[in-house]
Amino acid sequence: MSPIAVDERKLREVALTAAEYLEIVEQLGREPNEVELGMLGVLWSEHCSYKTSRPLLRQLPTEGPAVLQGPGENAGALDIGEGWAVVFKVESHNHPSAIEPYQGAATGVGGILRDVIAMGARPIALLDSLRFGPLPRSQRHFEGVVAGVGGYGNCMGIPTVGGEVYFEDCYAGNPLVNAMCVGLVRAGELRRARAGGAGNVLLLVGAQTGRDGIHGASFASLELDGAAEERRPAVQVGNPFLEKCLLEACMELTTRPGVVAIQDLGAAGLTSAVAEAAARSGAGARLDVAAVPRRERGMTPYQVMLSESQERMLIVVEPGREAELAEVFARWDLEASAIGEVTGDGQLVVTDGPAEVARLPVELLTDGAPVRLLDARPAPEPPAVALDRLGPEPADLGGVLVRLLGSPNLGSRRPVFRRYDHMVGDATVGPPGGDAAVLRVPGSRLGLALTIDGNGRYCRLDPCTGAQIAVAEAARNLVAVGARPLGVTDCLNFGNPERPEVYWQLQQAVSGIATACRALGLPVVSGNVSLYNESELGGAIDPTPVIGMVGLLPDYGGRLSAAFSHDGDFILLLGKTCDELGGSEYLKVMHGEVAGPVPALDLAAERAAHELVLAAAGAGLLRSAHDVAEGGLAVAVAECCLLGERGAHCGSLPAGDGRLDAAFFGESQARFVLSAAPRSMPALQQLARDHHVELALLGLTGGDRVTFDRQLDVSLAALRAAWEEALL
Amino acid sequence: MKFGVVVFPGTWSDRDCGHVVLDVLGADLVYLWHKDRDLHGADCVILPGGFSYGDYLRAGAIARFSPVMESVAAFAARGGLVWGICNGFQVLCEAGLLPGALVRNDCLEFRCEWTHLRCERDATPFTGRLTRGQVVRVPISHGEGNYVADPATLDALEERGQVVFRYCDAAGETTPAANPNGSQRGIAGIVDERGNVMGMMPHPERCAEFELGGTDGLLLFRSVLEAAAGATL
Repeated sequence: MSPIAVDERKLREVALTAAEYLEIVEQLGREPNEVELGMLGVLWSEHCSYKTSRPLLRQLPTEGPAVLQGPGENAGALDIGEGWAVVFKVESHNHPSAIEPYQGAATGVGGILRDVIAMGARPIALLDSLRFGPLPRSQRHFEGVVAGVGGYGNCMGIPTVGGEVYFEDCYAGNPLVNAMCVGLVRAGELRRARAGGAGNVLLLVGAQTGRDGIHGASFASLELDGAAEERRPAVQVGNPFLEKCLLEACMELTTRPGVVAIQDLGAAGLTSAVAEAAARSGAGARLDVAAVPRRERGMTPYQVMLSESQERMLIVVEPGREAELAEVFARWDLEASAIGEVTGDGQLVVTDGPAEVARLPVELLTDGAPVRLLDARPAPEPPAVALDRLGPEPADLGGVLVRLLGSPNLGSRRPVFRRYDHMVGDATVGPPGGDAAVLRVPGSRLGLALTIDGNGRYCRLDPCTGAQIAVAEAARNLVAVGARPLGVTDCLNFGNPERPEVYWQLQQAVSGIATACRALGLPVVSGNVSLYNESELGGAIDPTPVIGMVGLLPDYGGRLSAAFSHDGDFILLLGKTCDELGGSEYLKVMHGEVAGPVPALDLAAERAAHELVLAAAGAGLLRSAHDVAEGGLAVAVAECCLLGERGAHCGSLPAGDGRLDAAFFGESQARFVLSAAPRSMPALQQLARDHHVELALLGLTGGDRVTFDRQLDVSLAALRAAWEEALL
Repeated sequence: MKFGVVVFPGTWSDRDCGHVVLDVLGADLVYLWHKDRDLHGADCVILPGGFSYGDYLRAGAIARFSPVMESVAAFAARGGLVWGICNGFQVLCEAGLLPGALVRNDCLEFRCEWTHLRCERDATPFTGRLTRGQVVRVPISHGEGNYVADPATLDALEERGQVVFRYCDAAGETTPAANPNGSQRGIAGIVDERGNVMGMMPHPERCAEFELGGTDGLLLFRSVLEAAAGATL
């Protein structure tokens, strides 16, 4: 064979390397044409192929007794009993949101909804995990993204019930927008997007195909640079109304015979949807781009195959069933076109009318991308807290508490979640603003607890422990509402992995997630990887693994809230406080420092604390429970007071040999603030002894101040003013 | 007693209204498809919340042209009970069955939160279980719930007692801070002149069960149930 001339410019356009190109030529035994190269480019992008992260992701535990569907499908699924399955997945839409915040966020929500719908499930909840640069500089991103998430979810009538948002310098040029969707389906009706046998018909339903979003998946696999603005056309525009009609039509399809599979069109559009559905059945497919309804004239086969126009679904049906299913689509005024069929030869053949324009082995498209083994080099040891340089402990701890609660990372999230419809569906029995949302399952007493969590700062300082903490804290959030954690979906947001420090962070974080999930008995059933999160403005983002988690309450009537609910209840601290200030919000806000070490995490202690809270909640011994997280114990107690609209009168906190500010604001893990009626105390203390967990009495609820004897005294009104104003 | 719940493409409170009617109230339910002119013997027609046709043009502007709306208008003219909630209120205004219009919230943001409403008129089929001046707690969820009308229309509404609900604080005071969307005179819900057509922005179907944070919404559903029973006696 003559030496192959590699056109570098063309490769850059499809984001393939010269080595990958040569691999393609070798596998095909010829050079790909332009359409084929484009199709391979998108499916071999990091976004679709996980070529960088795949070897690492194998470490994650994906099995467990409740797992009905692990990674590899449109979303994961767990058995929750009473014949129900919960389906869930998280996905990023970071790059589009950096360029066009509203539409980027909106279509991120639209995409994750379709993933859940494709499993045959009705979406019942959305959650979002957001990161921005500091305000007011990043106001445009913050405003646009929150409006976009709400704009799509509100119009669809799917409640956005939980989430998190943090502001940090590193996200100024590259915000993070991770959306998680949770759905319910009867376990027996769970669908898989497998195209099945030869002769099955491929129906394309929903929006017409336009030139929008071409190369979106490849674009997600590049750093954001000065030319990013020019890629604005690669950001799609959402039409939630059309998606609502698609949702209802797909729900009607679940009861119809002859429907083989439903596959969402997301990143890499038609190319990915057809190739993946065929690959799962070991089949091939033939499709005719001339049969694809277009939004605009003059589109080339290349553009049709790579378009990422939103609100499209691929429905695979048994031959001869098209006419009877057409009535469902007609009812919802949806366009449905037969664009091809499943074949048995393992080839994906694309024609434009009679002319063949591409012929590629399905396997080469979906599994051919060579795994990239990159160099890893530990990031430089982060600075450690120089306690002596911090000076004496602050005299006015109450003033510190006011300042922390008024900081953007700790203030009330109400200005965000009141812009999301979080009630539609009549299922939200635990609304946003607490540790985790709780939704009731229709016709049942079962409650689903949902949360999403991550801490980029911890992970910058120590990606392995930081990732473990993300898992532990998400689980703690679920336990705090009385739910037993069941399973995980993860979204790995990192910088450019070709830089050895970033690849090392990715390695460390994935191993941290794996360790924590194994220790807590949690399978990872779905997820998403978003790399190349870098910008000229802020460099690489902090490594930000985000953990979405689902838990179960046998009876949602037994759910707990974080709010102190009665005067005169005992306030308790569960778990051990260490002399730790590393990575804390206190260090950042009061001293402008981001320094380690991050809080130590003892997974056995974490699990013991969870078991104790669940046992106590199950026995009806608790009046409230709240996770101690960013801001430490003082912030946690204040939050319980603010939510419960009553004060707390506590004894003085022992500092022991350590610093008093660490006792108040340090972020030691595996801790909860609980409240209980005095009569429950003996039983609680016995439980704590049985579980070998420290349980300390802090004080009593009541009044309109938060006080710690001779140490801290501040009015609830002052705390509330700061807390409520933080994000306004 | 049978409730008919209209389903436009883009409607989403249909399922919540249906849940309250069937599972909480124990009444009969029929969903009314927007392309269908038959009201299937419904005693009260609910136009529920959502984004009918995406509300891309103007909330409710396209839904009013649906075939079902011809029947709803005729039903209303015969004195039938028609209850528009959220998007349904917007549709009723667009259809001319109620005066005024609902424009973008004055805060320029979507709002989903609990509000307090003061009942201004208890002599309607929708509020028979309430007493005048009673404060109920009902959530809102809308981006365009700012009720506007010209001064003469507003004066006429007040004079004829057509204002049924006003946003207020927990103590029943109609303060600007208690008005979540800038509605003129704090108006949250009105009836037509005969009193058989009501539109309201808040969502009573979201607060008909203790588990969801309140049961005041159930008072409205029960009022309709009693009114319909009285009408058939």
